Amino acid sequence: MMLPGWPGGLAVDGLSAVLLATLAVVLVAVLVHAAGEKFGARFYVLMLVFAAAMAVTVTAADLVLLLMGWEVMGAMSYALIGYLWPDAERVRSADVAFLTTRAADLGLYMAAGFAVAGAHSLRLDDLAAAEAPWRDLVAAGVVVSALGKSAQLPFSFWLSRAMAGPSPVSALLHSATMVAAGAYLLLRLHPLLAATGWADTLVSWVGALTALVLGAVALAQRDLKQLLAASTCAQIGFMVLAAGLGSVAGGTAHLVAHAAVKSLLFLCAGVWLSVLGTQRLGELRGAARRHRPVGAAFGAGALALAGVPPLSLWATKDEVLADAGGGLLAVGLAASVLSAAYAAKALLAVFRPAEGGAFRVPLLESVPLAVLALGAVVLGIPALAGAWGRVLGVPEKSDVRVAALSGVLAVVTVAAVAGVRRVPEPAWAVNWLWSERVALAVAVRPVFALARALARFDDQVVDGAVRGIVRGGRWAAGLTGRRVELRVDGLVDAVGRSARWLAALARRPQTGQVHMYYAQAAVVLAVLVLVALLAG
Amino acid sequence: MLALVIFLPLAVACALPAVPGRAVAWTWIGAAVLDLALVAAMWVGHGTGGGVSFETNVRWIPSVRAGYHVGVDGLSLPLLALTAVLFAACAVYSLRRTHRVRAFAILFLFLETVCLGLFAALDLLLFFVFFDLSIVGMYFVILLWGHGDRSRSALKFFLYTFLGSLVLLLGFIGLYLGADPNTFDMVELTRTPPLHGGLGGLTLLAIGIGLGIKTPVVPFHTWLPPAHTDAPAAGSAILAGVMLKMGTYGFVRIAMPMLPDAWRRYALVMLIVGLVSVLYGALVALAQDNVKRLVAYTSVNHMGYILLALGAAGYASGDAGARRLAVTGAVTQMVSHGLVTGALFLLCGVLDDRAGTYDLGRFGGIAHNAPVLAWLIGIAAFASLGLPGLSGFIAEFQIFAGTIGTGTAATAVTGALAVLGILITAALFLRVLHRAVLGPPGELTARVSEVRRPELAALVPLLALSLLIGVVPRVLLDTIEPLSAAVVALVGR
Repeated sequence: MMLPGWPGGLAVDGLSAVLLATLAVVLVAVLVHAAGEKFGARFYVLMLVFAAAMAVTVTAADLVLLLMGWEVMGAMSYALIGYLWPDAERVRSADVAFLTTRAADLGLYMAAGFAVAGAHSLRLDDLAAAEAPWRDLVAAGVVVSALGKSAQLPFSFWLSRAMAGPSPVSALLHSATMVAAGAYLLLRLHPLLAATGWADTLVSWVGALTALVLGAVALAQRDLKQLLAASTCAQIGFMVLAAGLGSVAGGTAHLVAHAAVKSLLFLCAGVWLSVLGTQRLGELRGAARRHRPVGAAFGAGALALAGVPPLSLWATKDEVLADAGGGLLAVGLAASVLSAAYAAKALLAVFRPAEGGAFRVPLLESVPLAVLALGAVVLGIPALAGAWGRVLGVPEKSDVRVAALSGVLAVVTVAAVAGVRRVPEPAWAVNWLWSERVALAVAVRPVFALARALARFDDQVVDGAVRGIVRGGRWAAGLTGRRVELRVDGLVDAVGRSARWLAALARRPQTGQVHMYYAQAAVVLAVLVLVALLAG
Repeated sequence: MLALVIFLPLAVACALPAVPGRAVAWTWIGAAVLDLALVAAMWVGHGTGGGVSFETNVRWIPSVRAGYHVGVDGLSLPLLALTAVLFAACAVYSLRRTHRVRAFAILFLFLETVCLGLFAALDLLLFFVFFDLSIVGMYFVILLWGHGDRSRSALKFFLYTFLGSLVLLLGFIGLYLGADPNTFDMVELTRTPPLHGGLGGLTLLAIGIGLGIKTPVVPFHTWLPPAHTDAPAAGSAILAGVMLKMGTYGFVRIAMPMLPDAWRRYALVMLIVGLVSVLYGALVALAQDNVKRLVAYTSVNHMGYILLALGAAGYASGDAGARRLAVTGAVTQMVSHGLVTGALFLLCGVLDDRAGTYDLGRFGGIAHNAPVLAWLIGIAAFASLGLPGLSGFIAEFQIFAGTIGTGTAATAVTGALAVLGILITAALFLRVLHRAVLGPPGELTARVSEVRRPELAALVPLLALSLLIGVVPRVLLDTIEPLSAAVVALVGR
């Protein structure tokens, strides 16, 4: 309990346990892999703090602890994206990523306030029972935060920026764990979404549309890490769709399988980046053939990502789609066709025959790839066996027709991409819908302009008024000095002058000559006599 | 005990002229650390209960029933501790100072007594005397050890805040005249709030303007940036860390419990002034290129949160638990802002010491030559932008949750808008890190050498305490909580 009087704390249930195990496995795999590259102490400090924050996030039972883990993850993401800090452009990417996610985090801050108002509690379990207007506000805040963290529309662009970080960072934070936290939160708070009557529908559609649109974005990318980033948004879209549909088992299954697949793919991309010095798909031609084990691992991951049966993501995605109906199912199937297409595009790019000799990869780097590749292949089995529902204690559903349809679609799509060899790359998709540019134009630039205008206003008007009062005071002082003071002083002067004049007048008779004194005495006497006569 | 805590620094200051030159700095540090230890012992003695302890009440000016009445409770203890910590940090930070050390130490020890006395005062006249003496002391710190256009800044600071203190005195006289029998005693004034109706409103106006200038809130804040920019680093740290709290402390100690009627009636004004300070302070800070001015404006932003929370506490119809949360958050924010902004100003001082400027555009990539300095700036910046795990989050989360959670339309809307402040603060501190600490080297980067030992010894405890409050907030909150409950009850009368 962080705040006195507001119960909460850390607690582990089925969902938390699954997330913790996923985090632990991917963390170990990524750190072992990273040990092969030469990272400094700062890297490990930041990665471990991140892992602790993620662990707090997925075990928090109240909004305070949830928000604490949630925001520390964001800060570590900032520090790791900007790991190579002398490069100003990477620092800028880190800025964009942090500010975008924090803008979304404001939703959780507000949700905490609304929860206090509506439920008199900060516990996650109590949110669904909040009173009417507040419950909707809490849900709105939570949804915005979760969509931001999970890089769903319209926040997706920050994940493109996040690719400026080292590949192990992308493998842990920006594919497997942190970005999945938004989906986790929505899965956990499904009762709240359902209670509002609108939030679950909204979340389903945002997830499905992100899966579709970012799928198209992924397909258009010419850079392997950018392709994987867009596909992360799209795949998390399926989890968000699951949260909206209430398919907690399907969403969790997809989250776990995707964590293995995507961290594997990012680590492979990192190997090629460090050996071949490039992550452009055109220049990676034949990379998979030059080191067979890495190539095979990447192949397994890419086929799983494509949704080819019987690999993991085929099974888990279909568990999500089994709960969808009508429009959502159609969008979901279209999105899974796109995922097959972009996975095939990456796969073909690196497997195309090309010259270039074999290269060596340290054992430390390749062992984690094997483990993750195994996960990418087999993690669909629990979903097929209905194990997730038992672990999480929720009903689980699957639909053979949907599974068969999506499996066939995936295989056909991969074959088609292999056949056409060129996929459309529209400019809007290559540039991630220009959403960063839109955010700059709509939010960032106006705020900076306002800030500069207010700074001028502060100098000239607010402080100017103070200076004006001071000037006014000085002017009044001057005025009294020159005018009033002159009059008052003049009056005093006049008194003095008249006194002097009287004195001079009085001095005049004092001549020292005796006859003058006699004359004066005679005059005074005469006056006295006159006064006596008149008075008498 | 309390008298010893308050007057120990002054006693040492009086003895300091007799101390040989080389021992001056160490004597100063010794006195500050000893005082800190005494405050800590007092905190342990007080525990986490309610009420006032270590109370002393001596006749002082019986003709107006003003006494030397002091004591500590859950509001004053955290601020006394903050004061002692910051003065000790400034003493350590100034270890290498060569320019008129003795006078500097005497002035700071005098200021420490003044600040401790203010936070312990339970008599309005005593409070006022300390309030004014702090202005005098800081005036000389800026005037004699400042840089840039220091005489002008010092004069502006003095006249502006002195004017504020006179308005405050008018308010105190209003309270005095309203009480029956007439008294300046805070405990009696709190027990039976003196003024009701229009007179109460006018008195609150006077006290509000007086404390608002000191806090400062928009639009009475323009003395702050020049005073900070031209003050020496230690002076800025004390000015922002301790002296701004005198304003917010006054709101909780005097305005709310003594004028509950008026406070409830004008709670909306407090909410709006708080909200404007939050957003305006953050936006103006975003546009600054002088890093010290930038930090000064973030103080306006951070103080705005406090007023916002206190305004929410005035909504008697709102949820009592939420209002308590808001008041606890406000007090936590006072402590947190003191620690973090104190550290930020000392860090600005390091930059000025090395490069002689605060211009952001002339630095860049200082993490290369000075990695420890870069870490410290980074941690302080993230603490100030409210990153969880550091004290600012605990304060601001409670303020937002409490203000919005009060549950009236006005508090929910202003609280939700104030949340935007933490996004703007994040943007402006990332901008500082981007331009000064990270990226390619700038014009003056070569001159920025690593932090020296005294600087490190001053900065690390401040940030460590921020971390402690951020991770284990109960050490602070359990002391504040009874006080918040009392204040909420007093305002609700």
